[in-house]
Amino acid sequence: MIISIASGKGGTGKTTVAVNLALALEGAIPIHFLDCDVEEPNAHLFLHPEIEHSEKVNLPVPVVDESKCDGCGKCAEVCAFNAILAFKSQTIVLPELCHGCGGCTLLCPRGAITESPKEIGEVETGRAGKIKFSHGRLKIGSALAPPLVNAVRRTADGRGPDGGLVIVDAPPGTSCPVVASIKGSDYCVLVTEPTPFGLNDLMLAVDLVRELDIPCGVVINRAGLGDDTVSSFCSGEGIPVLLEIPYDRKYAECYARGGRLVEDFPKLRDALCGLWRKIAESSGADRDGMVRRREMAEI
Amino acid sequence: MKELLVISGKGGTGKTSVVASFAALADSKVLADCDVDAADLHLLLSPEELESHEFIASRLATLDEEKCIGCGRCSEACRFGAIAMADGYPVIDPISCEGCTVCSHICPEGAITMVDAISGHWFVSDTRFGPMVHAKLKAAEENSGKLVSQVRRKAREIAERQGLECIITDGPPGVGCPVISSISGVDLALIVTEPTVAGVHDMERVLDLTRHFDVNAAVCINKCDLDEGNTERIEDYCCAEEIEVVGKIPFDEEMVKAVVRGEPPVARVSGGHGYVEGFGSGHEAGSADSRKCSDGKAAQAIRRLWDRVQDRLWQDADSGE
Repeated sequence: MIISIASGKGGTGKTTVAVNLALALEGAIPIHFLDCDVEEPNAHLFLHPEIEHSEKVNLPVPVVDESKCDGCGKCAEVCAFNAILAFKSQTIVLPELCHGCGGCTLLCPRGAITESPKEIGEVETGRAGKIKFSHGRLKIGSALAPPLVNAVRRTADGRGPDGGLVIVDAPPGTSCPVVASIKGSDYCVLVTEPTPFGLNDLMLAVDLVRELDIPCGVVINRAGLGDDTVSSFCSGEGIPVLLEIPYDRKYAECYARGGRLVEDFPKLRDALCGLWRKIAESSGADRDGMVRRREMAEI
Repeated sequence: MKELLVISGKGGTGKTSVVASFAALADSKVLADCDVDAADLHLLLSPEELESHEFIASRLATLDEEKCIGCGRCSEACRFGAIAMADGYPVIDPISCEGCTVCSHICPEGAITMVDAISGHWFVSDTRFGPMVHAKLKAAEENSGKLVSQVRRKAREIAERQGLECIITDGPPGVGCPVISSISGVDLALIVTEPTVAGVHDMERVLDLTRHFDVNAAVCINKCDLDEGNTERIEDYCCAEEIEVVGKIPFDEEMVKAVVRGEPPVARVSGGHGYVEGFGSGHEAGSADSRKCSDGKAAQAIRRLWDRVQDRLWQDADSGE
């Protein structure tokens, strides 16, 4: 089963929820944690994984063999990303604009284009206690996050550990890197805060998960700090509010220093186990008898 | 004309509240919201929409089933997993389609054509603080970088036409495509961070990015009293990297209250009349702001921050080319 944690707005507590959910369930269920926020990966700061394997991720970008190129300009014509400039005497590739679609290589009538790998980032995999951990780190200056997100997702090959759980920590926003992160999830938890910013961005995130046809529920973080428009929106839309984490400066301080809420505040451990039970019930995980018995016994 | 970009790496550090405050404090400016995925600045500036434009930047593959012979070459050639074969015929997933056009070129029957897709909208608006350019990318869309470029182009055009002194831009989180589009050629990138382990980590990455693109950077620490140790770490890091910490804003619930009210946390008071500079005609909401807006510790810190940012914007430029 794959649960993704997303938000629309940044800084609402995605990583907090994802990390502490993983820690609350550690030992009871096999967990593979995927930090898919490859632009700004943060989960490692809380989980401190031991990295066992690291791999560079490349995008195939075109290389033009000048001796074969006759300057026909077909490559520039087919490139939808303006990554090739063709002049009669020279063909110039702009690798930072290339999406790696392979069109130019495939369609060059002279066979003058081959592809060479361009590094866009790396994926690291390891363990944090009993939690399997993977994250990606986009190379600074590289613009294309989705291929790297896909590489992180592939480390959990399909559904993840047998009878267990893949927890995806998604990046903020609603565009392609988020789609790559949450696509194919069985459930999406949308973390928000009770402010007009939180509400606005939650509405966008709800549009996105509906577009992708993923069932979702909401966690309201810093409850009590703003207003109640988020709750009203959720009840109006029939979206379950799975958990409210009250605003407490002690929680903020724990987060600030890289602490683990479930270890410092037992109440929050119970709350996150409760979150998991609600997700498992509503997403039908109990139907396959997957985790429910063990979860009841152990959590 | 100067361009100030406010970014953070990590989301939720207070970029938009800072930009909205600058909007209230600055004299002659156009505002731009380049967080096109999850734009929030409009929630504090209540823009009145003057123009709305469709944003068409990509094309989607569409199949003519009559012509398709089910050879499957499109599915083989697609590197984005957007074409699956079902019952011997291709099915195109518009969400995965990158618009690369390879399938349309490779199809021997000419059964795939590319059609324009509306990826979002962009707007020119009037606010009580000045003109504003903003955008809304549709959910699950690509091309956020191109939409950012469009917003910036329009903001520059307005600034030039109206002879405005600066562009103040609310940037997106992260270090990827939309941030790279936002950062090129700005006069100063103000990085709003917070004293949390994640805030420090993400600030370091975003400073790597400003260095990579050779952009002038300065740092502001929001909620600086949340964790003094991390605030010191940020200051030490910046000191070692020769990046100026231009402001420190203490945690103040008034900031959240202002967001809930839908107003900038700081209002400009001029001439002792409690009147805020308005833009265009018929905007008198400013006077209400200055009554409500606190002059609490965060608001005062933001005023000092703006003074220093102005110095940096104009002084850095003078010492540059």
